[in-house]
Amino acid sequence: MPAGRQSKTKMKNYIAKKVEIMQPSGIRAFFDLVLGMKDVISLGVGEPDFVTPWQIREAGIYSLEQGFTSYTSNKGLYKLRLLISRHLRSRFGLEYSPDDEILITVGVSEGLDLSVRAITNPGDKILIPIPSFVCYGPMVELAEGVAVYIDTSKTGFKLTPKLLEQHIDNKTKALILNYPVNPTGASYTKKELNELKNVILKHNILCITDEVYGELTYDFDHTYFSTLPKARENTLYLDGFSKAFAMTGWRIGFACGPKDIIDAMTKIHQYTIMCVSITAQMAACEALVTGHKSVMDMKREYKRRREFIIDGLNRIGLVCPKPEGAFYAFPSIESTGLSSMEFSQQLLKEQKVAVVPGTAFGKSGEGHIRISYASSMDNLKEALNRMEIFIKSKKK
Amino acid sequence: MDEILEILEKDCRVSAEDIAKMLKKEPKAVKQAINKYEKEGIILKYKAIINRELAKEPESEVRALIEVNITPQKDVGFDKIAERIYSFPEVTSCYLISGSYDLLLVVEGKNLQSVSRFIAEKLSPMENVKGVVTHFLLKKYKEDGVILKHKEENKRIAISY
Repeated sequence: MPAGRQSKTKMKNYIAKKVEIMQPSGIRAFFDLVLGMKDVISLGVGEPDFVTPWQIREAGIYSLEQGFTSYTSNKGLYKLRLLISRHLRSRFGLEYSPDDEILITVGVSEGLDLSVRAITNPGDKILIPIPSFVCYGPMVELAEGVAVYIDTSKTGFKLTPKLLEQHIDNKTKALILNYPVNPTGASYTKKELNELKNVILKHNILCITDEVYGELTYDFDHTYFSTLPKARENTLYLDGFSKAFAMTGWRIGFACGPKDIIDAMTKIHQYTIMCVSITAQMAACEALVTGHKSVMDMKREYKRRREFIIDGLNRIGLVCPKPEGAFYAFPSIESTGLSSMEFSQQLLKEQKVAVVPGTAFGKSGEGHIRISYASSMDNLKEALNRMEIFIKSKKK
Repeated sequence: MDEILEILEKDCRVSAEDIAKMLKKEPKAVKQAINKYEKEGIILKYKAIINRELAKEPESEVRALIEVNITPQKDVGFDKIAERIYSFPEVTSCYLISGSYDLLLVVEGKNLQSVSRFIAEKLSPMENVKGVVTHFLLKKYKEDGVILKHKEENKRIAISY
């Protein structure tokens, strides 16, 4: 046996059991295929196609010129927490104190990880409606909790009070509720949220909300969960700058919640992350002060593209209800008789259009693909043309 | 501003059909609205923004910004004299501005001589023109909101959650 292989087997023994048994994303191979191909139109991107507005980038550059290169307090710059607190109050009616109810995190991802780790004892159950963003389940498993998946494919990709009630037992600690939903674009009205809240309060579980697409809600105003009557104490609200301000690569977000939970999360954060990059924090301050117009401009643009792509998808035979938020469409591909993986692979090979198979987001995503319309109109148009040819070729 | 205008101002090649889809309107209604805008002169013209540096025209063009001081006339103020000036085809833009001079012109010519000749022979001797200051343009970085550069490459990774 070559020496290399021998050592490889040996090194594997060092890997922790819980990491070893973690399922790597089943579509890794598909992603590698996309990355290896040229001239692909990609509708598989989970981030805005805008670059961060210039004044925000400039603020980051200026902060470096001024020599802001140090650590900040663990919770994040007080100025930023204060701006977040004011922004949330004036725009959405949320009340969080900058002193002890807001924590600056490395994107919503870190906020999720911290919140799950802060509340989970081994065996505690965390509810996750699927299809969902990919990290929720693995984060729960790493924290030695039990991820309980709730299939929403029969209820229009929305969690209903009945479904929620059915999955709660005495080991249930929390629900992770993301809306508008990545990957389906579905969202909840105030009335629907109130009904979910009643179940949450009845069983006194925690609702961890990932509302990072909140600003990108098109047909009605986004209702922040903690603004619902009596919901605040049971809500841990996570948000970030990535989607609204097109700042994905800066890695900055924030967690807002009752002091006790924020304190617990801060403990983990201070030992593992210490603090978010000061450059990102300074840029985020600028985003909150002057970024509103850019957010509204981007939102208008997304809304137009949404109308365009939904019309197109339905026209070429991929049934797709209108998503209420984010920048994703989640059409059904059942009419083609292909599985979502087959559809995505063949579409890529035959027409060079990249989409994400619905199963990447949990098995409830079978029969669907995720299309990101955070792409230029020219791209969307050309992709629709190619998909139309593809679908026609499958019907013969 | 009406969203139809907003879309066309960014890209005037978007068809009425596509605009209708984007705004969830009838194509007919969009066409009518565009016709109306054209008739009323709200939409004046459709044109391309060309990066001339890349177009490498055999006869390179020279552009100058010219500050003009003029004496306003009774009843018509600056308008009459401005009209006399902007009617020259060499003048591609003409603005009345506040400050130490009155008109700002953008003048184009085939070469330095032709622009200089226009200034010396047409503009300066004109009645009511008290003085001109000429700035020859060295490089254009941005025009009408468009940065004049090679098309940027896509920096996003092709697939992400």
